[in-house]
Amino acid sequence: MKELLIGNAAVARGAWEAGATVATAYPGTPSTEITEHIAHYEEIYSEWAPNEKVAMEVAIGASMGGARSIVSMKHVGLNVAADPLFTVSYIGVNGGLVIAVADDPGMHSSQNEQDTRYYARASHLPLFEPSDSLEARDYTKMAFALSEEYDTPVILRLTTRISHSQSLVEPGAREDIPLKPYKKDVKKNVMMPAMARTRHLLVEEREHKLADYSEISPANRIEWGSRDIGIITSGTCYQYAREVLPDVSYLKLGFINPLPRKMIEMFAAGVKKLYVIEELEPIIEDQIKSWGITASGKELFSVQGELSSRIIADAVKGTAPAVANAADLPVRPPVLCPGCPHRAVFYALNTLKLNVTGDIGCYTLGALAPLSSMDTCICMGASIGTALGMEKARGRDFAERTVAVIGDSTFLHTGVNGLIDVVYNQGITTTIILDNSITGMTGHQDHPGTGKNIKGTPAPSVNLEKLVESIGIRHVYVVDPFDQDELFRIIERETERHEPSVIITRRPCFLIARGSGAQAVFDSSLCTECGKCLKIGCPAIANKNNKPEINPVLCVGCGLCVGLCEQKALSLKGA
Amino acid sequence: MDTTSILVVGVGGQGTLLTARVLGSLLTNENYDVKISEIHGMAQRGGSVVTHVRYGKKVHSPIIEPGGADILIGFEKMEALRWSHYLKPGGKIIINDQEILPMPVISGSEEYPGDIINRIKEVCSDLYVLDAVSVAEKLGNTKVFNIVILGVLSRFLGIEFDSWINAMHKTIPQRFLDLNLKAFELGSIISCDA
Repeated sequence: MKELLIGNAAVARGAWEAGATVATAYPGTPSTEITEHIAHYEEIYSEWAPNEKVAMEVAIGASMGGARSIVSMKHVGLNVAADPLFTVSYIGVNGGLVIAVADDPGMHSSQNEQDTRYYARASHLPLFEPSDSLEARDYTKMAFALSEEYDTPVILRLTTRISHSQSLVEPGAREDIPLKPYKKDVKKNVMMPAMARTRHLLVEEREHKLADYSEISPANRIEWGSRDIGIITSGTCYQYAREVLPDVSYLKLGFINPLPRKMIEMFAAGVKKLYVIEELEPIIEDQIKSWGITASGKELFSVQGELSSRIIADAVKGTAPAVANAADLPVRPPVLCPGCPHRAVFYALNTLKLNVTGDIGCYTLGALAPLSSMDTCICMGASIGTALGMEKARGRDFAERTVAVIGDSTFLHTGVNGLIDVVYNQGITTTIILDNSITGMTGHQDHPGTGKNIKGTPAPSVNLEKLVESIGIRHVYVVDPFDQDELFRIIERETERHEPSVIITRRPCFLIARGSGAQAVFDSSLCTECGKCLKIGCPAIANKNNKPEINPVLCVGCGLCVGLCEQKALSLKGA
Repeated sequence: MDTTSILVVGVGGQGTLLTARVLGSLLTNENYDVKISEIHGMAQRGGSVVTHVRYGKKVHSPIIEPGGADILIGFEKMEALRWSHYLKPGGKIIINDQEILPMPVISGSEEYPGDIINRIKEVCSDLYVLDAVSVAEKLGNTKVFNIVILGVLSRFLGIEFDSWINAMHKTIPQRFLDLNLKAFELGSIISCDA
């Protein structure tokens, strides 16, 4: 019986069918559900690692230990894991090692649009790219087999539309793959210069063999149609093109690195006009043009954002039908949820007019109006180092007006290193750890500080207070962000202090903690239109002639607005 | 047969993903090729969200293009208008007559348009409007408003009523099932005059 699976679930299914026994990841949209789905398979050990580098190392260790292992991450996660990536390319594998990486063209939920295929080329690793869930399952299995056959880690590249689109998969049985023996092998596994020089030669040899494999890989195929137009494409672009150009010829690539040069040359010779259709960077196009093949590509298709059937039809046929323009309407940006503990912190930071270096998570939404209280956002863990850099550039007066804000999961990911730098190099930066006790934006994954593992069973929990104290932070304060008086007092005191401090604002994500059933109610006769409740950016409070109007469907009775109202015009009812 | 495209739009958190799950189960059971595309992550935090559902003999793209939707389901009024240019000429729109204010309106910098249904009528004459939230509230839980809407949709796909009920049995947890079945049945007969 066929099942409708999102691409990520299909990758999980493929790993299970391929006999994998170890899976590890740090959550990151659009890759998160791979490991969430794997966690449902009892035969596979699964975990959330503190970051992608550790996850990669765990997967490498599992492979060296003889198991088939898979590590999953979003595109920017591969930057974090790039250090082990480049060297494990030299080492190769014992048990099959698959690195699943999900790119996000169009940046639905990311800070950049980098293309993972560059990493495959740079690290000399083979790369598969599926175009639907069935291929996601099949290529995952092929990747494990290829990994062992060619002694190489294999990258499985997904994009948002593959990861988060559902299509039909006929589930298969699980292969019984015995654990391979572990053998100490210093020449293969200890990458010091002498050994690495030898291994590098093997990497080059392997790449030649993989180029031969690419010519015969079942993932690469030609579908002859009209010879007037030939299209070389891969991934979701293949589906977009097939939708609107059913009659032309296709070279559909599922194995992208190294490319099947002979197959491409033969295909190019067999068509009158050749197009290369790929999202993001011209990885395929640049290579085939370097072989002297003439093709149209990025002059027609942007390197930015997602492509679509419409864009492809327009470029190739010039016949996309006209459609009405989109209506001109107020935008609907994502917002912090009603009851979100981050809102209370950003209200304070905005009111105090502090410089705020930010980080990656739900709380990045604190940059948007009306909270407007984040100055920077770069990558996971960047906030603290950025604040220290500003302090070193502009001096202590500036540092007294600056805080770094970072979530609990992000702090444990790569933020803690920045804090070590602050202490070691005698900065005075104040760090606020927004501790909502979960990895929020990616959909509530546990992490080393939540006290639970990926299966939801109890696990040891990092004590953030003791951790930062042990680094050398002498001023550590824990505060409920809804206790606004205390929060303001602590932030003002600690930013002025000529020593580094850490303020942990601790209150669980409202989507997990849920409310008491109370609701805010408004008594207009007491309102002086001070506007405080309207500045917190709560979706449940509308501005009605400078007075609040509570939306009872959305209000969760968190009480933040009630606490801010000095006139007692707002109160909580029904707790 | 040709591919049918249903675009479900709304506000993050309104339950578009559950609706797609029921549809996915239904259409798979009917032996269609099915593709559903959804967006997870940041937009789910109260942003404008969209789910693409496509089915037929063989479906390639999981994405519906502007001018390509046979049916547009708007879980929120302004979102229905925002995505209305995705409708095919002659397509249907089903609208939950509910306003959820976006942040620029909440903060007072912009106004929620007052003439949405009329503006939609300009681009679509086959329009079904109902206050599904009030209907669901009368049944005891506003959350099942999306299943009321599915009930409305069930009139148009030419799929047997029992198959819909079957799909709900497969996708909705037992303890919520009775309520959802009631919501669905009500939706399948309720009047939806624009």
